Amino acid sequence: MYLKHALRAATALTFVATAAAHAQSITIATVNNGDMIRMQGYTDKFTEATGIDVEWVTLEENVLRQRVTTDITTKGGQFDIMTIGMYETPIWGANGWLVPLDGMSAEYDVADILPAMSGGLSHDGTLYAAPFYGESSMIMYRTDLMEKAGMEMPEAPSWQFIKEAAAAMTDRDADINGICLRGKAGWGEGGAFITAMSNSFGARWFDEDWKPQFDQPEWADTLNFYVEMMTESGPAGYATNGFNENLSLFQQGKCGMWIDATVAASFVTNPDDSTVADHVGFALAPDTGLGKRSNWLWAWALAIPAGTQQEDAAKQFIEWATSKDYIELVAENEGWANVPPGARTSLYENPEYQKVPFAKMTLDSILTADPNNPTVKPVPYVGIQFAAIPEFAGIATQVSQEFSAVYAGQQTVEEALAKAQAFTAEEMEAAGY
Amino acid sequence: MATQHSRSVARLMMAPAVVLLLGWMLVPLTMTLYFSFKKYLPLRGGDLGWVGFDNYVRFVSSSSFWPAVQATLVIVGGVLVITVILGVLLAMLLDQPMWGQGVVRILVIAPFFVMPTVSALVWKNMFMDPVNGLLAHLWRFFGAEPISWLSEASMTSIIIIVSWQWLPFATLILLTAIQSLDSEQLEAAEMDGAPPLKRFYHIILPHLSRAITIVILIQTIFLLSIFAEIFVTTGGAFGTRTLTYLIFQRVLESQNVGLGSAGGVYAIILANIVAIFLMRIVGKNLDA
Amino acid sequence: MARAVTTRRKSLNTVLAWAVGLLIFFPILWTILTSFKTEAQAIASPPLFLNFNWTLENYAIVQERSDYMRFLWNSVIIAGGSTILGVIIAVPAAWAMAFVPSKRTKDILLWMLSTKMLPAVGVLYPIYLLFIRLGLLDTRGGLVVVLMLINLPIIVWMLYTYFREIPGEILEAARMDGASLKEEILYVLTPMAVPGIASTVLLNFILAWNEAFWTLNLTAVDAAPLTAFIASYSSPEGLFFAKLSAASTMAIAPILILGWFSQKQLVRGLTFGAVK
Repeated sequence: MYLKHALRAATALTFVATAAAHAQSITIATVNNGDMIRMQGYTDKFTEATGIDVEWVTLEENVLRQRVTTDITTKGGQFDIMTIGMYETPIWGANGWLVPLDGMSAEYDVADILPAMSGGLSHDGTLYAAPFYGESSMIMYRTDLMEKAGMEMPEAPSWQFIKEAAAAMTDRDADINGICLRGKAGWGEGGAFITAMSNSFGARWFDEDWKPQFDQPEWADTLNFYVEMMTESGPAGYATNGFNENLSLFQQGKCGMWIDATVAASFVTNPDDSTVADHVGFALAPDTGLGKRSNWLWAWALAIPAGTQQEDAAKQFIEWATSKDYIELVAENEGWANVPPGARTSLYENPEYQKVPFAKMTLDSILTADPNNPTVKPVPYVGIQFAAIPEFAGIATQVSQEFSAVYAGQQTVEEALAKAQAFTAEEMEAAGY
Repeated sequence: MATQHSRSVARLMMAPAVVLLLGWMLVPLTMTLYFSFKKYLPLRGGDLGWVGFDNYVRFVSSSSFWPAVQATLVIVGGVLVITVILGVLLAMLLDQPMWGQGVVRILVIAPFFVMPTVSALVWKNMFMDPVNGLLAHLWRFFGAEPISWLSEASMTSIIIIVSWQWLPFATLILLTAIQSLDSEQLEAAEMDGAPPLKRFYHIILPHLSRAITIVILIQTIFLLSIFAEIFVTTGGAFGTRTLTYLIFQRVLESQNVGLGSAGGVYAIILANIVAIFLMRIVGKNLDA
Repeated sequence: MARAVTTRRKSLNTVLAWAVGLLIFFPILWTILTSFKTEAQAIASPPLFLNFNWTLENYAIVQERSDYMRFLWNSVIIAGGSTILGVIIAVPAAWAMAFVPSKRTKDILLWMLSTKMLPAVGVLYPIYLLFIRLGLLDTRGGLVVVLMLINLPIIVWMLYTYFREIPGEILEAARMDGASLKEEILYVLTPMAVPGIASTVLLNFILAWNEAFWTLNLTAVDAAPLTAFIASYSSPEGLFFAKLSAASTMAIAPILILGWFSQKQLVRGLTFGAVK
């Protein structure tokens, strides 16, 4: 007890100092993506309009997840708004840890949020997080190289076509790799890609009884196809390539095709950063004719942890940051290509935005993604490149580490799948399925 | 000199440090032990009751356990071997007369001031990146295919990064020890015509033995718990999952606090086995 | 008598030592250089060493994105506070161990060191819950206490080994002259121990400054030090080497400069009893 008082006294000064300085202040934990950093730049406008100060805690994605998860599970109350994704939202919402985002103002127009997004950010029909931006995945390809290879990209290609095109575009002497894909370990990196890809090969993580399915031929097909294609036409060292590594390769003109997040489209077509900005085409993520494509669905969204003292201020901020007005504010200052995409229907109805070359394909990709029926065979879980159960992140990170070891040539596909199967079964049993 | 009175005063003076550390040890340890016997899943509602030794059995029987112990020992061992050997050589070099000794010493100790996160980020991105990293450029310059360091040579990469951080520490302690070496003894040996290698083995090395054990002891304590270097670079992939990292994955990635706590207890046991082993050696040296 | 050294041998030593020194320092030098490049120059092939257009824009961007001074100030307070508190608690303990040794002294010392082996990740949840209960999350006071406890064993150890080198006769002489215990510590021991205390303070300031697990996990805004500052500069999209370098340079510069200015102090006492 004495210790407690002594420590409190020691820190009281700090508290007083901060409390006196700001009338009202909210703390937001966010990821260091470009769109979020841009939003921080515009925060002054929010403070001007409302008188609410905003403190930012900007962290790299993995650190952010670790921080906010610890805080929400222990009810630490460090943040008034947390930036979370489609994976966390339904789980946390179900646990009652998030403030339901109902009662938003009329001009906010909740119904305008793309149904795919609001669906993925809800639990039992209640919205728990507002999408700041949303994404699916699609093919980005070099039109000039495609032409040179004498091929034409269909609007909705098959994996077989992609493999052939990749081989035809590859020119090792000119340092051009036919295809660049994520291979980096981590459930949100290579794990997300291979899971979305496996969906189109008819694979699934679990059957209806929550039995892991890595011992099924579909998974071996997926991995073998991927490894074969990447060995033939992928960049060296792809086992450690994630989103950013591939983005940089593509911008430097070293990739013929790249299948990744739709938000990347604005980076690869931006002439300031990309040497190939004028030669980029888009197509839907490939399939194998089984009825599911290999595109995912994701949103970075803002949520309010239950128990915050600043619920109203936090709601005001979320309304501001995910509003139509905010999109217009960014469009006015940075151009339409740089607005946060994928969150609102009205954005895609805007004639100005329709002129943006990747707008249509982004919307089409989002619309073909169905988190409730992600796979060919039925599954007990929701989510395309993940399964929205608490155990998934831990399991999938380890599984994707085994896969990355295959990509690095350290073990065979069979070995990796056997380990993945054993490990997943172990974890699911431990969790009580 | 030690009267009854001074003994009790001494005890009083030690009390704050001992009591605080006892608290720092017992409070988390008790809580860890408590959690380790529970099914505690924060994302599934927290405390789900007592499960006896289930977590302990599960943690050890997991296919990741022994490879993790092995990875831990390889990293600690590798870094110790490199820093001690290079540290001795470097200390001997720095002990020689030269111009600009002070500046060289500054250059050599600099890595010790760099926070682990920064050093891991810098090595990973600016040196070991297979496309834009400086090492890749170097390899290409000599006509070789760049190495994808963090996947193809993951263990080596981590050992390099950590050794870089700890080499200054080892060098400094060894340097102070070398400087205390009686130069007349060395000169006498030189006069007798003892070859340099023999001088090294019979005079310098025995003199350094105490410093070396201390370097090993202190570094081991820090190396057993390295985390940032792995978190930033490989994220535990490619066989670099140490025991500490495995516990991190259990607690934070899998959100299984019970299982992770059991892992924590194992880690404490392992650390103490290593510690007792080390302290036997150092303890002897401390008395002498 | 010093050995006569030929100029030739001295030159050889100099060249070799400088080469090794620069090699070891190179990663830091490269980071500093890169921080003055544009992002495109940072990944230029072949790499640009000095022949680029020096720019400060990365520093401007970093400063605009995060309030560097606040992180810096927190780092100073937390590292400084924990070191001072640690030394205050450790000096009497180390004194007692060095001058009134008992059979158990060595055991106590080794036990103290063993508390450092508790894996931090394993106890994150207990400590986090404790911090919530005590209202210490995101406070500098809380971090000062934690970092002090983490480094206390090292402080005690260092001071102990240093005190032991002080000859007991001096103390006895002082005692003969009728000095009280307080006077003995204050006027006899402390002046002699100043170099040892100084290097202990420096080493622990560095260790506390660089501690990256607790400082990141127990803070948000008010108490976040430079380790939290750096956690947002590994960019997920686009080129970032130059910005990362600028942020890295800003994070390590203060401690690097402090270390360089005080390296003589640091080196003198950094023996851990390695020298008898």
